[in-house]
Amino acid sequence: MKSTRKIRVLIAKPGLDSHDRGAKVVARALRDAGMEVIYTGLRQTPEQIAETALQEDVDIIGLSILSGAHKALFPRIMELLEQKGLTDVMVFAGGIIPEEDVLELKKLGIKEIFGPGTPTETIIQFVLENIPERT
Amino acid sequence: MTRIDEIAHGVLAGDRRSVARAITIIENNTAEAKKLIASIYPHTGKSHIIGLTGPSGSGKSTLIEKIVREYRRKGKTVGVIAVDPTSPFTGGAFLGDRIRMQELSTDPAVFIRSMATRNYSGGIAKATKDAVKVLDAAGKDIILVETVGAGQSEVEVIKVAQTIVVIHAPGLGDEIQAIKAGLMEIADIFVVNKADRENADKAVMDIQAILQLDNKEPAWKTPILKTTALTGEGVPQLIEKIEEHRCFLEKEIGRKRSLGKAETELVEAIKEKVTISIIDELKREGKFEELLKKIVEREIDPASAAEKLLHGKFKKAK
Repeated sequence: MKSTRKIRVLIAKPGLDSHDRGAKVVARALRDAGMEVIYTGLRQTPEQIAETALQEDVDIIGLSILSGAHKALFPRIMELLEQKGLTDVMVFAGGIIPEEDVLELKKLGIKEIFGPGTPTETIIQFVLENIPERT
Repeated sequence: MTRIDEIAHGVLAGDRRSVARAITIIENNTAEAKKLIASIYPHTGKSHIIGLTGPSGSGKSTLIEKIVREYRRKGKTVGVIAVDPTSPFTGGAFLGDRIRMQELSTDPAVFIRSMATRNYSGGIAKATKDAVKVLDAAGKDIILVETVGAGQSEVEVIKVAQTIVVIHAPGLGDEIQAIKAGLMEIADIFVVNKADRENADKAVMDIQAILQLDNKEPAWKTPILKTTALTGEGVPQLIEKIEEHRCFLEKEIGRKRSLGKAETELVEAIKEKVTISIIDELKREGKFEELLKKIVEREIDPASAAEKLLHGKFKKAK
């Protein structure tokens, strides 16, 4: 029987952002790169994001945030993912995130952070190179 | 215990992570998928499976959110499988049905899974049927299957669901659209959603007129209901009708339909198995490639080539 593993990605927007243009651009780019992209819309709580990742059994989560609340929301998301046993999910982020916060967020386990103006090719390439192994 | 045993065990215990993993295994059609289905199958058949279909923009996802809430109010556990199309060009998919249902995602009695068609035709994915079995085995009372925005011929959902709800909305198409074959024929319940819009009554009348053209006196009279998914108006009545239909199935034709469904599933499983094994064998014998070349060179047409290949096969089988 032919096995065809598809890469599933959750693009999620935690917090109170009022638009999701960037998230949609990334979602579309990853779709066009052949992935299955689950998009959940604006204003998601960390609980919703972690539970969605679990139910959808995604390989990758992309978090998009513009509001500046990343230091409050990202640690909570990472904590919930760990609680749910989703430690093999690769998490990356994008949006308006100051340079000085990047190291701290990476320490939480967020693999990469992309600022405004990042070419979608860069993101696609990063994702393709960082697909987590599955047993 | 093997990994598959563990996952099957988890599914039966209702563990959400195991359910999610099981569906992925089925979607990726690994060799493990067959083992998994074999071990959960005896525990299926308890859920009521409801298919919801209709054109894009008729409000399927929004209505499903309200239906789930209503069932939850009644204390039922619910699984949802929402199907969206895979791009035939890139193989990718944008799965956005959850957007309308996200508030349900933290309810532990609700499990929602988005699924791409992976180029299976008919409005659902090839894995949908077996994913339903996973949710069934996990103990969900109600399973809702949302098809892709369906036109006239996307009727595969009847192979999966017991009660089919066809959702229309005013302004999406006129009587001529409604008279076309397919969707009209599979409906157990019709819903005209967005009933707060003008022309909702006209849409109801259009559907009614078409249903009346059917001279047969059916055992189940297909009702036409009005809902407004945004406010939830009409949803309790819809649930009532779905329940009525479930009782009707149990009493009237439940067993006949189950046998019909079992036959379809068995025939399909045989087809897949036979096809794969014959093609593998032909490839090993080298005849397959040889004929492919001939087809490209226009020396033989594909149907005759197939006949030629299979002729020898079936003789041997006898």
